[in-house]
Amino acid sequence: MTSRSLSDKPVAVIGAGNFGSAVANLLAPHTKVLLYARDESVIEKIKLNRENRGHKMHDNITPVSDLAYVANSCDILFPIVPSAHFRSMMKRLSPYLHPYHILIHGTKGFDITLPKGESVDSINALSRSQVKTMSEVIREESVAIRVGCLAGPNLSKELAAGQPAATVIASQFNEVIVLGKRLLRNNHFQVYGNNDLVGVELAGVLKNIIAIAAGALSGMGYGENAKGLLISRGMVEMIYLGRSLGGNTRAFLGVAGVGDLVTTCNSSLSRNFNVGYRLAQGESLPNILESTDEIAEGINTVKIAKKCADYYQVKAPITNTLYKVLFEDLTMKQALQYLMRYPLNVDIDFL
Amino acid sequence: MEVAEKKNKNKRYKPILDGIPDWPVYQLSKNRKEFVEEVAQKSFELVKQVRPTTKQLLDELEATVYREQQRMKRNRWRVDAVDEPQFWIKVKEELVALTNKTSEEAQVKADEILYRIILRYADEIAGNFKPSSYKFTRELIKFWFGRLLNGARVKKFGAFFRNQYTLRDKIHIVGKVKQLRKLAKQGTIVMVPTHFSNLDSILIGWVIHSLGLPAFIYGAGLNLFNIKIFAYFMNSLGAFKVDRRKKNLPYLETLKTYSTLAIQKGAHTLFFPGGTRSRSGAIEKQLKLGLLSSTIEAQRNAYLDNPNGDVRKIFVVPVTLNYHFVLEAPDLIDDYLSVKGQDKYLPEQDKYGSWQLLQFLFKFFTKGSNISVSIGKCLDVLGNYVDEDGNSLDSHGRIINTKDYFIANQEVSIDKQREDQYTRMLSQKIVSEYHRINRVFASHLVAFVAFEMWQRKHPKLDLFELLRLPEEDLVLPYEEFIDVCKKVRKQIYQLKEEGKVNHATHLKGKMDLVVRHGMENVGIFHLKRPLLFNKEGNIITQDLNLLYYYHNRLVGYDLEKFI
Repeated sequence: MTSRSLSDKPVAVIGAGNFGSAVANLLAPHTKVLLYARDESVIEKIKLNRENRGHKMHDNITPVSDLAYVANSCDILFPIVPSAHFRSMMKRLSPYLHPYHILIHGTKGFDITLPKGESVDSINALSRSQVKTMSEVIREESVAIRVGCLAGPNLSKELAAGQPAATVIASQFNEVIVLGKRLLRNNHFQVYGNNDLVGVELAGVLKNIIAIAAGALSGMGYGENAKGLLISRGMVEMIYLGRSLGGNTRAFLGVAGVGDLVTTCNSSLSRNFNVGYRLAQGESLPNILESTDEIAEGINTVKIAKKCADYYQVKAPITNTLYKVLFEDLTMKQALQYLMRYPLNVDIDFL
Repeated sequence: MEVAEKKNKNKRYKPILDGIPDWPVYQLSKNRKEFVEEVAQKSFELVKQVRPTTKQLLDELEATVYREQQRMKRNRWRVDAVDEPQFWIKVKEELVALTNKTSEEAQVKADEILYRIILRYADEIAGNFKPSSYKFTRELIKFWFGRLLNGARVKKFGAFFRNQYTLRDKIHIVGKVKQLRKLAKQGTIVMVPTHFSNLDSILIGWVIHSLGLPAFIYGAGLNLFNIKIFAYFMNSLGAFKVDRRKKNLPYLETLKTYSTLAIQKGAHTLFFPGGTRSRSGAIEKQLKLGLLSSTIEAQRNAYLDNPNGDVRKIFVVPVTLNYHFVLEAPDLIDDYLSVKGQDKYLPEQDKYGSWQLLQFLFKFFTKGSNISVSIGKCLDVLGNYVDEDGNSLDSHGRIINTKDYFIANQEVSIDKQREDQYTRMLSQKIVSEYHRINRVFASHLVAFVAFEMWQRKHPKLDLFELLRLPEEDLVLPYEEFIDVCKKVRKQIYQLKEEGKVNHATHLKGKMDLVVRHGMENVGIFHLKRPLLFNKEGNIITQDLNLLYYYHNRLVGYDLEKFI
């Protein structure tokens, strides 16, 4: 089956954001692509200028605004929309999906379902039954069963420039991995497979926390020693949090874990990094949020991960102090002082 | 004293197919020889696919011979064929003779040996359904059970020959009977019950008959055939034999192929997906995936063979059997504890011969202890619920085409890894259905509460230390016990509201009566009772291990925090 050529059906990317556009461009040399955008003006713009969010769009890409049409024309879909809108998008898409559809998402965030009258700010702690990864949202909302995710050090701007990079396709189904590889791989883009879907998703989501912290260190003007400290301790924290949420340690040591972590912690191109950087420079959170056009997933992730850590009683000092900086009145300076005095002195105790 | 069960609604069901010759199982057994050969041929091809080179095949054969000889040496059963040792000695000699042959010569001979082994296995596995003895057995069971029931219950001379009570008064069937009967006509049913006792096989056979369904093919453990009375029942009910001692590749492939082909040919099938009886007394959490995967394979083959036409759909039906009492409980829990305590291997052994079983049956029918059988909703092979017409439904009630699960690139394809995942998902769904349709009895409630309360009173002890406490020291004050029972029952009601569990009607009403009912029935026929009242009316135990066993039935519902 795997050696047979792909059918002539197009492949869909749902969400014409920064990463969605980049993925569409990665797919386009291999196959026709339908790029779904909710906003008609975006579609018009792409049709007119062949350009979106700074990406020059490949000729194989057709922008569309009809989800039913997308689901009927394509067997393979890449939903890449912010986690906050993911479930509602799935609800709209779900009536048109069949069990033969294959969905590979590229969203690094959590979905939360709360009892009526509660909000993420009012609730004290979050258990796993309330916090879902995107693949779980897909399974809950639709009949699609062959589901995967795309994670790894994939800064959209570098991808667009054709610089060497790699990604992980994670799925319980080997056929999804094989398909993903065939669709995305090219001479400067390496694709790895992993069967621990939830582990890879968690790694991708949790690294955003550390990315904000890295931005903050940078914003305070600290150098490489500090960053090394943060990345290694951040890694440990990610693993603890990840395990409490049902991931395996191994997924965190791969491209989607360490790989993505190091990239985002070093890059001013990352939105999460930027949020941390500007916070450390003294800007306030509402201010920062107002001036960015795309959502930094990390902010929400900090909130959710902190409440999960409370529920499962996991030690997560970086997440906790970051939470205090973002949503309470701690300053970055105080946070750092607190962390440096934190009594944790075993280097590695999870292997 | 018996707390009245709600008036028994169980009625007699008409058979859905008129004559035995229409039954798929009969068709299968009439053409037994052809079927066994077809199974052997398919299995042969499958093994050859997995072991493509001569060397791999020879290694596999050698390993098979070695394992079989070890098995015969260590763990031989009464039911094993007499000519077994000779057969394997001959195979071994032939294999040795191949060592200095060329690869081509060896391949031919090895194929021949492999086929011979597989044919032997297929023949051993195949059931032997005979309409005459099926009818005879059925009437025999009905007649004698009727005599026992009436003789014991109605205290009048001549009651022995009356038919005032029938088995239907003893065994309550609840759940989705109508759907099952309807879908059994248009599709193939694969029934997957929980497994607590060796009696399950007979019980479920009776249930199938009394629902008016044609006989099912059973996957029954070969060990059961050691007990003569069982062997007789099973053979006549269309059982096929599953030998858990044989773990070699040719055997496992043959077994799976047998089951897959039988399902594909439309034979309603029954097997216990837990593999063996639940040792701990808890509802199965881990199912054996081998036989389950054969349902998925059979469905896929049906779509593959018939790409455009109508396909006979396969329906998976979870069933739970709910008892107050499990005959083998003391040995099962011993097994469980010794395995859990120190990882050691225990060969399966049955201490219960035909005589013990008859004794138990007599007690069962003469004393008040009911059994209930819950039939779950029909599922498709992916674990989706189906509607009255057999259409698979998604969680929003939209109709799904099951075929789409096997489609890649717009056509049905075979993908083993994909189907392994599907099997795992199906297994999880079955386990959650078990918990959902499980009927809580008063006896489960009191056992659970009593054990948890003793555990709570000794927070520092681990399970094994707790079980070692002298039973004389354990007393629960009646009032306190009643209070906790009330709290837990309230939570059970709550869970029922959420559709997560079911309970017997006798669980409702005054707690004093419910507790009394539970105490009188929990492990009713054991020499040492798991729960008793002492002279002051407080709760004591004679056997904590047994109590632990019955308590486990309610593990997995998070009821512990309400103690």
